[in-house]
Amino acid sequence: MWEYTEKVKNAFLHPRNTGEIPDADAVGEVGSLVCGDALKLFLKIDKETGKIINARFQTFGCASAIASSSALTEMVKGKTLDEALKITNRDIADFLGGLPDQKMHCSVLGREALEAAIANYRGEAFPVETKEKVVCKCFDVTEDKIRKTAIENHLTTVDEITNYTKAGGGCGECLAKINDILTDLWSIKMPITPAKPRKLTNLRKIALVQEIIETEIRPGLQADNGDVELIDIEGNKVIVELRGMCTGCVMSDVTLGRIQEKLRELVSENIVVETQK
Amino acid sequence: MNTIYLDNNATTQISPEVLQEMLPYLSDFYGNPSSMHTFGGQLHRKIEESREMVAALIGASPEEIIFTSCGTESDNTALMSAVESFPRKKHVITTRVEHPAVLNFCHHLARKGYRLTYLPVNNPGQLDIDLLLKTIDEDTALATIMYANNETGVLFPIKEISELLRERGILFHVDAVQAVGKIPVDLKTLPVDMLSLSGHKLHAPKGIGALYVRKGTRFAPYIIGGHQEKGRRAGTENIASIIGLGKACQLAQKYLKEEMRFLSVLRDKLENALLKCCPDVRINGDIENRLPNTTNLSFEYIEGEAILLRLNEYNVCASSGSACTSGSLEPSHVLRAMGVPFTAVHGSIRFSLSRYNTDEEINKVIEIMPPIIKELRQLSPFGREKPSCKSSQPFS
Repeated sequence: MWEYTEKVKNAFLHPRNTGEIPDADAVGEVGSLVCGDALKLFLKIDKETGKIINARFQTFGCASAIASSSALTEMVKGKTLDEALKITNRDIADFLGGLPDQKMHCSVLGREALEAAIANYRGEAFPVETKEKVVCKCFDVTEDKIRKTAIENHLTTVDEITNYTKAGGGCGECLAKINDILTDLWSIKMPITPAKPRKLTNLRKIALVQEIIETEIRPGLQADNGDVELIDIEGNKVIVELRGMCTGCVMSDVTLGRIQEKLRELVSENIVVETQK
Repeated sequence: MNTIYLDNNATTQISPEVLQEMLPYLSDFYGNPSSMHTFGGQLHRKIEESREMVAALIGASPEEIIFTSCGTESDNTALMSAVESFPRKKHVITTRVEHPAVLNFCHHLARKGYRLTYLPVNNPGQLDIDLLLKTIDEDTALATIMYANNETGVLFPIKEISELLRERGILFHVDAVQAVGKIPVDLKTLPVDMLSLSGHKLHAPKGIGALYVRKGTRFAPYIIGGHQEKGRRAGTENIASIIGLGKACQLAQKYLKEEMRFLSVLRDKLENALLKCCPDVRINGDIENRLPNTTNLSFEYIEGEAILLRLNEYNVCASSGSACTSGSLEPSHVLRAMGVPFTAVHGSIRFSLSRYNTDEEINKVIEIMPPIIKELRQLSPFGREKPSCKSSQPFS
């Protein structure tokens, strides 16, 4: 049993502004029978003031979908189109005193219907005609929608995305993909650490050398059954030991040269790489 | 306003006779049956009496009954015992429409490296027996197939399947949680090796179940500890509930025939009235082979949760296979396996009756349901309203 607020229950049992507007100026239709919820929003717009003078809806869906639709029609009445577009899905949920997490997608549906209706009135295409990638095939959710909803609602986990967009709620095949999208989305915002800090303290230099050897150099050597171990760092002198197939390899000088080159590029131009004598 | 409870496949009310029988064992007789003194030890006799009543209902002998804590435990125990008893065999056969107690345990086995066969069902929800036989190989440790489906009430031909599996020497477990107490189950004529049942589906309390293990079947306990249940299920006995289950089984056996007739009449009345009164309604499942108390109906163009919450306003309790009621956004795996279109899955409602329902209650539901459906369809962008019955009183 869902924990619905009194406002949700009331809006579900006694929905406002239901039905069609036969001579509507704008119609927005989102969702589908297959997805389990669908909303058709009708708007009557005053040509002179640009204000929404009437709003009605038809909804196929659960209690919170019907309640969200009812709330939306109440919220947009009297607003200009630009004012109406400022309504977020969170505003719709707040208007109802909150929605259960798993039902947030109902408020997203409301927000989408509003966008679709206004785009319809303005003669714009909705959804914007790009070749969008569908991530969740069960509920037909695009990457664009996942990104947008994540940003608007500060969603960081896959579960939250499922609650807000339904993506991943069916067969679950796209869960990994959603995770990738989130990783991509939120890692862009992270400040990129400068590869060459201007003033390199000793401590920082050691850390950086260690990191580069671990991530940039060892994997390549290990692929050829070789390896390298960091022995010590004295000033700009980096002392290493070659291991595995690198030991006694005729090309070991070349290998050392490459390591030095890499460290000079990424840490400091004065680095000298030597083996333990 | 009295509650009209039509969700008896979810759970049932404890019958007054059962409760009466249990009460002394929740107050005065609190002893431990394993004790040496009479105060505790005398309870042992009561447990054995209950065991006899449970065994009698399903045509088993008492020593073939192990009390457990619920249907899920019975299912898990049976499956675990089967795979532990045949460690070299790595193949398990089940169906796509099992209860999560079996299905998720099978997924668990699959993750452990077992090869699972999930048999499909056709549109009425029935199995292809030939396909079942084809999937058997020398690596097959067990087949586990439910007797009656909890969502649709569809009955699998367990007699036929069990005989075919017996001929091939395949261990067979049956999840009969929804069947026992609702239809005759006679293990004297059913060559089934293990069978699960649950108390709260037949007017006993929650927290008690039983597992039937045919004499001679290899068995490995799931819960390990004391010597209770002859070492087959450790843990101090849930005396009151065991006594409750015994009584409930005795009542079920006594009234079974009568109840089946009563329930199917009531169920058919409800079903026919709703089919007649609401356009675009379909029955999900094989109506020829179905529990007498269950009907699963799909109301097109509207969503199950909305119907349930409208019914809730009239204190009518039912359930739905809609995604929105599952907690996981995933619509019913049973209806999807049957190939019921998504749209009809979203609008599916299950009514499941019990001996405590009355004709008046059914009349009430027949009266309130059509306007609810009509209203929600008017709200829906897909709800093409067709001319339906003119009056809300379909019966004269």
